[in-house]
Amino acid sequence: MLENRVLEIDGLSAWYGEARVLTDVSLSVHEGEVVTLVGRNGAGKTTLLRSVMGLHRQIEGTVRFAGTELGRRSPDARARAGLGWVPDDRGIYASLTVSENLLLPPVVHPDGWSLEQVYQAFPVLADRRSSMGTQLSGGEQQMLAIARVLRMGSRLLLLDEPSEGLAPVIVQRIGAIIREIKAAGVAVLLVEQNVKFAATVADRHYLLAQGRVVESLDNDSFQARESELLTYLGM
Amino acid sequence: MSAFVQYTLQGLAAGGFYALAALGLAVIFGVLGVVNFSHGACYMLGAVAAAVLLDVVGMHFWVALVVVPILLFVVGVLMERLLVRWLLRLDPLYNFLLTFGLSLILVDVVKRRYGVSGLPYERPAGLDGQLHIGALGLSTYQVFACLFSFLICGLVWLLLTRTRVGMIVRASTEDAERTRALGINVGRWVTPVFGFGIALAGLAGVMAAPFRAITADMGSNFVIILFAVVVIGGLGSILGAVVAGFLVGLVEAYGQAYAPAFAQVVIFVLMAGVVLFRPAGLFGREETA
Repeated sequence: MLENRVLEIDGLSAWYGEARVLTDVSLSVHEGEVVTLVGRNGAGKTTLLRSVMGLHRQIEGTVRFAGTELGRRSPDARARAGLGWVPDDRGIYASLTVSENLLLPPVVHPDGWSLEQVYQAFPVLADRRSSMGTQLSGGEQQMLAIARVLRMGSRLLLLDEPSEGLAPVIVQRIGAIIREIKAAGVAVLLVEQNVKFAATVADRHYLLAQGRVVESLDNDSFQARESELLTYLGM
Repeated sequence: MSAFVQYTLQGLAAGGFYALAALGLAVIFGVLGVVNFSHGACYMLGAVAAAVLLDVVGMHFWVALVVVPILLFVVGVLMERLLVRWLLRLDPLYNFLLTFGLSLILVDVVKRRYGVSGLPYERPAGLDGQLHIGALGLSTYQVFACLFSFLICGLVWLLLTRTRVGMIVRASTEDAERTRALGINVGRWVTPVFGFGIALAGLAGVMAAPFRAITADMGSNFVIILFAVVVIGGLGSILGAVVAGFLVGLVEAYGQAYAPAFAQVVIFVLMAGVVLFRPAGLFGREETA
């Protein structure tokens, strides 16, 4: 298991000017594994994803993806190497149609889904393929954002709070999609505040507080301590 | 009634220049995040180049319509490669100041070489007369200028909405960082987009040559109105640039006809009104972040 680490973060620290937001974070994600990063608002979860994506540059430490150190590589090179970013605001283009949103990024791996596969898995997107991106509901936008990186054939999805602001039935649907992604052998690093949701999809969890990893748990112990964690997160 | 039709035509013809130039400004702002103050100077260069090429090599208007935008494309590429590029990492204000300085230099260089009095440019044969439709007499050149700018705006629209390059430009205009994170090398498009935007300003200049006084200063007033156009249309909105370009041309023409003393004021009153009720412009999106 150790040799097929898709993502390996070692001693990552990040700053915004003088303010340190991540301190010596180390974590890993294995092939076909779903790992969550749980923590309160401001714990540094989004900064961590942005650092992996190369969007936040004021960092120290190493990020290795599929065995290669990413160093100072540009965000577009990282995306073409197989990192699929789904930002917390979904990142849907208002001036592009649904199908253009899907077709914009390059296909980076032969396992990338075809447009037909996407529409089969997400019939709601097929129905609205000519609508402008932001005419979709929040849940539809989330599905579109995930479908977009699946079409690229990304090997690791970085999902930033996909359940946020969605109705429970849509959250369930997103959970099912994540399990399907995992079954297809794609790894997922999931940022979440929703502990219950995280427990339904993930293999392992990292707890992030004030920019540090304070605990690493498998899903069983995570579920056993759910109420404690809920209090800890202030929810 | 016939006077009103003439003012409308005059407004649409002038609006065509604004629309073309504003389109260039919009794609440059969209992809580079640079507000190109030298756009007026590039418009002036287009008109001056047409006049000089006619004078020196006898280049016909129709040829200039193709050749001058290509020359201005090269000028844009050089500007971007040699100057603008180095400031892209800094606050956008630096490039605003750079292009402001550049336009002062360009204007003075043209003044030094060609003086301050206007260069002559005759309306090209076939476009110099009047079109008579019933009792209505319309300037053939204005009719041409109108139709031609509609055509070019339409072609640019097709380029932006029907091609992959256009899709990348639209996506980068909306959010360049996100577009990079989706695997697109936005940097590769920066130079050609800048050149393209400058070429559009140059094209507007060639079209204005038979219609306006060609002087080194012709771009100085133009660029101010151009900024009113992009504010009204919504900075970075491509449709907004076109619609507001024609709108401002019309408002200016009616102003000159019916309230000459207020012709320029009317444009800025319109701008203030739009900003008051829709701060992001007619077609702009409110910032959500």
